[in-house]
Amino acid sequence: MSVMINTGNYIAAKAAVMARPQVVAAYPITPQTTLVEGIANYVENGEYTGEYICVESEHSAMTACIGASEAGSRTFTATSSHGLLLMHEMLHWAALARLPIVMCNINRVVGPGWNIWSDQNDSIAQRDTGWLQIYCSSNQEIFDTIIQSFKLAENKKIVLPVLINYDAFIISHTSMPASIPDQEEIDDFLPSFNPTWKLDVDNPIAHGTIIGSQYYEKLRRAMHDAQQDAKKLIPKIANDWEKQFGRNHGGLFEKYNCEDAEYILISMAAIGAESKVAIDNLRKQGIKIGLARLRTFRPFPSEEVVALGKQAELIVIDRNISIGSEGVMFNEIKSALYQQSDAKVTGFIAGLGGKDVPYGNIEKMCKKAIQGKTKNHQMWFGFKEDD
Amino acid sequence: MALKDFPREEYVLQGNAACPGCPATMALRTVLKALGKKTVMVVPACCTAVIQSLYPKCSFDVPVMNIAFEACAAGASGIRAALDQQGKHDHTVLAWAGDGGTYDIGIQALSGALERQTNFIYICYNNQIYSNTGIQRSGATPKGAWTTTTVGGKKEFRKDMSEIIRAHHLPYAAQASASRPLDLFEKVKKAKDIKGPRYIEILAPCPPGWRFGMEKTVEMGDLAIDTGAYALFESIDDNVVFNGKSKLILEEKIKPKPIEEWIKIQGRFKHLFYPKRDEKCLAEIQEHYDQMWDRYRKEYL
Repeated sequence: MSVMINTGNYIAAKAAVMARPQVVAAYPITPQTTLVEGIANYVENGEYTGEYICVESEHSAMTACIGASEAGSRTFTATSSHGLLLMHEMLHWAALARLPIVMCNINRVVGPGWNIWSDQNDSIAQRDTGWLQIYCSSNQEIFDTIIQSFKLAENKKIVLPVLINYDAFIISHTSMPASIPDQEEIDDFLPSFNPTWKLDVDNPIAHGTIIGSQYYEKLRRAMHDAQQDAKKLIPKIANDWEKQFGRNHGGLFEKYNCEDAEYILISMAAIGAESKVAIDNLRKQGIKIGLARLRTFRPFPSEEVVALGKQAELIVIDRNISIGSEGVMFNEIKSALYQQSDAKVTGFIAGLGGKDVPYGNIEKMCKKAIQGKTKNHQMWFGFKEDD
Repeated sequence: MALKDFPREEYVLQGNAACPGCPATMALRTVLKALGKKTVMVVPACCTAVIQSLYPKCSFDVPVMNIAFEACAAGASGIRAALDQQGKHDHTVLAWAGDGGTYDIGIQALSGALERQTNFIYICYNNQIYSNTGIQRSGATPKGAWTTTTVGGKKEFRKDMSEIIRAHHLPYAAQASASRPLDLFEKVKKAKDIKGPRYIEILAPCPPGWRFGMEKTVEMGDLAIDTGAYALFESIDDNVVFNGKSKLILEEKIKPKPIEEWIKIQGRFKHLFYPKRDEKCLAEIQEHYDQMWDRYRKEYL
């Protein structure tokens, strides 16, 4: 074990290499660049001995990962924003082909105008592709989640790709200490990839041929069932990790001061980390509030949301917006509660375009919700017309 | 080498879903005989995605990865990397795409894979249209040809893909024809033993797309060569060598037949002859191929 003090991206690169993928294919985009540069450095110093394909686009990055994965290799890539959007077609492909690819996405604003700061609309727009989606709020969590995600993706009950998200710059370019296990310990936790099938000249099969609806619907159903299984497996893998390494960032949710809470704030990623400070301050003011930081967006933990709704009033902060509808987490939480709980849910849109969401503002949002001072069920924080 | 000396092994099996007279299927049969069992194939959206037939059956006896339209060469890059990691350096990765997936939507991934020196063979079977989607124009469609998106005949000339490929300075590039299986076999065989990116284009006259009878595929391919509408050549480390009748045309030992002899028997050019001859367009087409040969002579003779 050693301690590494570095940015989210460099720590992600370290984790990616220690997971021993046979193939990495990637294309640079701000703010993911230092991650792929990190891997390139490991190629140069011999720490990474797999294939590293510097492709000509993100579309090709995902496609090359698909090819490598179908040929039986563990694969990793990383991207952000427009890169993720360019991959969209192949994200569907990777999931439907049931390939356990692991990818980091650095959540960044989608243009125009050009903006490189934090915003979740890039990954939220991929929610229906079949990828599992996890959101991280610290460099240690990124490291641990990357290793755990390979184990999750390659589990025979799952065999789906995993997208690990964290905020542009706030996390990707901020140095924090992270505990790095020895390679032998990682190898012990994550054995080498053993696929159920692969492209093999001794057993030739055609993968992805034309398929009728009688089979296609079954494939979709199987993906959905696998995601349901992941709801149990994600906490189990997190617990196994804790037994071996003494850390647990939460499975589907990370809960903070929720035991006696009358109000529960639900947020994700960096806002989730910042929320802890707000919770501490609100507690000092005598408000019984807790935090449930959503880690796993897909599968969406509906059952846990219902349990939270049965316990407390919910306050939701979304760093994304489904234009013409609502913040997506807010929307899905209400959907999960339907006919299960009549909990009051108040939503906020905050931090779009990378706008800072400091704990003081999180406190303000919580107080507005608690005092019932929002005009609508969901309001845009910081907009006069909504106040 | 004669046809009777071809390997007996069949990798394109009976019961496939090809149209009668399909040049792509004829050519693939020859290509896989030349490459043999240790071949992994990548197929983007194209006729061959259909020819394989429906899940859960497959008419090819090699492993096949189907992939999105623009993604063939990138998928091949990934497979190559994985095979190399597994020590399977003796396996051939074959990217097999149509002209739409090569000239148009797939050109970026192809160019990237060639530039990265990916160790694979990319074969474009060029039927000069998007035939699988129902005969729409592509960047390979010749001027004057009717397609469902160039109803009055295509106004532009095709792009010279082989020149674009050659600008990547490959160890091996070639043009072959589905109508000449021996030449195709030998080119694929030669390509197989070379390391690095290799590109072969196969002219694939498509009976329903070009509007001719299904028994005339070979004749149509041969006439394209005889009229100089298409050339057979190889480029090895940038040295271009023409072969067959194309060599004789290049060296002006024979005169190519008039281009009209090739196009007048294809229904897709019918409007150039009926109800009255479009002399201007016919002259422009002939001039285009004359200029192509002048350029070939200047550069490769």
